[in-house]
Amino acid sequence: MVKTVASVGLPVDEVLEIKKNRILPEGESDGKKKRISIVTGIHGDELEGQYVCFELIRRIEEHKELLKGIVDVYPAMNPLGIDSITRGIPAFDLDMNRLFPGNKDGDMTEFLASGMIADVDGSDVCIDIHASNIFLTEIPQIRINELHKEKLIPLAKELNVDFIWVHGANTVLESTFAHSLNSRNVPTLVVEMGVGMRITKEYCNQLVDGILHLMETMEIWAGETIEPRKPIISEDADDVTYLNAPTAGVFVPRVKHWEHLKKSDEIGWIIDPLHGKILEKILSPVDGILFTIREYPIVDHGSLIGRLLREEARKE
Amino acid sequence: MEKKIIYEISSLYRDNFRVTGFEFGEGEKSVCIVGNLRGNEVQQIYTCSQLVQKFKVLEKEGKIRKGHKVLIIPSMNPYSMNSKERFWPTDKTDINRMFPGYDLGETTQRIAAGIFEVIKDYKYGMQFASFYMPGKFMPHVRMMQTGFENVEMAKEFGMPYVVLRKIRPYDTTTLNYNWQIWETNAFSIYTTSTTEIDKESAKEAIRGILRFLAKQQIIEYTTHEGYKSSVVTDSEMISVRTKSAGIFDSKVKAGEEIAKGQILAQIIDPLEGEVKENLISPVDGIVFFGHNDPLTYANTAVFKIISGGI
Ligand SMILES: [Zn+2]
Repeated sequence: MVKTVASVGLPVDEVLEIKKNRILPEGESDGKKKRISIVTGIHGDELEGQYVCFELIRRIEEHKELLKGIVDVYPAMNPLGIDSITRGIPAFDLDMNRLFPGNKDGDMTEFLASGMIADVDGSDVCIDIHASNIFLTEIPQIRINELHKEKLIPLAKELNVDFIWVHGANTVLESTFAHSLNSRNVPTLVVEMGVGMRITKEYCNQLVDGILHLMETMEIWAGETIEPRKPIISEDADDVTYLNAPTAGVFVPRVKHWEHLKKSDEIGWIIDPLHGKILEKILSPVDGILFTIREYPIVDHGSLIGRLLREEARKE
Repeated sequence: MEKKIIYEISSLYRDNFRVTGFEFGEGEKSVCIVGNLRGNEVQQIYTCSQLVQKFKVLEKEGKIRKGHKVLIIPSMNPYSMNSKERFWPTDKTDINRMFPGYDLGETTQRIAAGIFEVIKDYKYGMQFASFYMPGKFMPHVRMMQTGFENVEMAKEFGMPYVVLRKIRPYDTTTLNYNWQIWETNAFSIYTTSTTEIDKESAKEAIRGILRFLAKQQIIEYTTHEGYKSSVVTDSEMISVRTKSAGIFDSKVKAGEEIAKGQILAQIIDPLEGEVKENLISPVDGIVFFGHNDPLTYANTAVFKIISGGI
């Protein structure tokens, strides 16, 4: 059953609507049941969640008799952004994920943000699916603010991701969708996977397997599900090494994503096409595994090229 | 005067990214004044460039007092301005959300760190700032309520208003906030416009800054006393919001006195031309901010009003 969560009239003959699909067990209406919410599209250039929503609904509908709770799917929290290939909210130049919890008496963007929070509030768990950005590819991972780790790590382990990254609290992140919901006691897991503007079916299917498994543990789904993979959990900021471009140029990788690297292995080159020269060889500074790698070739001074999880962190 | 490169990085195909500063006088780091941080802040770079002109004259006439150094940086972001991007051309990040910066981080973090290293020890910091919504302001001095703000000092600009604003989470990464944390007396100066040049309000801001610096005994400069600034908090201002979206036909300008019940603007149906909505002033007062885009969304605060007469 498709519902409009929030809507607002645009200047010329158009209504902006944020929609969700509520899937209920056969023959039942809304009521007091366990509820999971799947949210994506807060960043208009992140599309991996589109396929996750499609595939999850498809699998549930195929065996509707196994559904025991409520599944709310919100595939497009920022419809104008998705339509115009814009990360933020077009016309406002604002990152929607810096507007929460919003304000129902505020401007259009704050009004929509408050409508989303009000609708998702009350869920037993929420999954907010992101897809990095157009610059970086991420291995399927869950990012958790250390403030909420006790509650979230056990849930995250059920989601069949490869990596759980617990990061420090940061004032700026207080205005994210996930932070607002976690503060309202709605356990909300932020998934980052794949790359902006693309769909990586393999990762999407991996996450759908995980969502169904989590639903099974919550008794929302009575079907058989996979045994989730054991994620690496990193809680120490020193576990992660950042690789930033030492110079501007064109980055060409020499390794694959999620590859185990030894110190001084070549990760890639920064090249200069005008002179046909290699400007820099990017070497691994530590033994580790590459969980983020640059996808978009053009780099400036300092552009992020990758993130490595140190080998010691993985063994613990 | 000494023209200095404050920060520079190379690019693959563009000329180097350069931030240029103009240093006047010698001695302790007294005053730092910065112009555009974003690519659309044309009024801000213009105003700063005019201030460079003023300081050239002051220096020539020996009117910068001994022991004071003044640094003016008209543009902290030539790249975005040259490519008509509001934010950093490649990754669309906002330098004014990167302070105090990180010299080993990403590009705009490095730029913020490189610039902040140079400007953080000044006693007074002034930034020509802009608002994220399209519209025009009454010229004013704006401060965040960090606990370090000095309201009495802000009145010495003699601008009509000093506006105080509560801190929101994203403010902690702005230049103004970090200046204050590093114990610089930081002021954001708002003139009327952003994307177009408004010479009158640029002049008013320059007079305000010179008046302020004269009061601090940094320069010799005489002008009229200016206004006796009213101090207003952002929350005391009355927002007039649209109920509907459409063509926005404003009937008043920033700075205009208005009466309770007066029509401030009309929203016109863009297909049929009918008036969909009259926006009425709820109080007697003065228009502090007015939206100036020909279209508006619903729920938009198109006017901010300070109630009472002037
Ligand atoms: Zn995202």
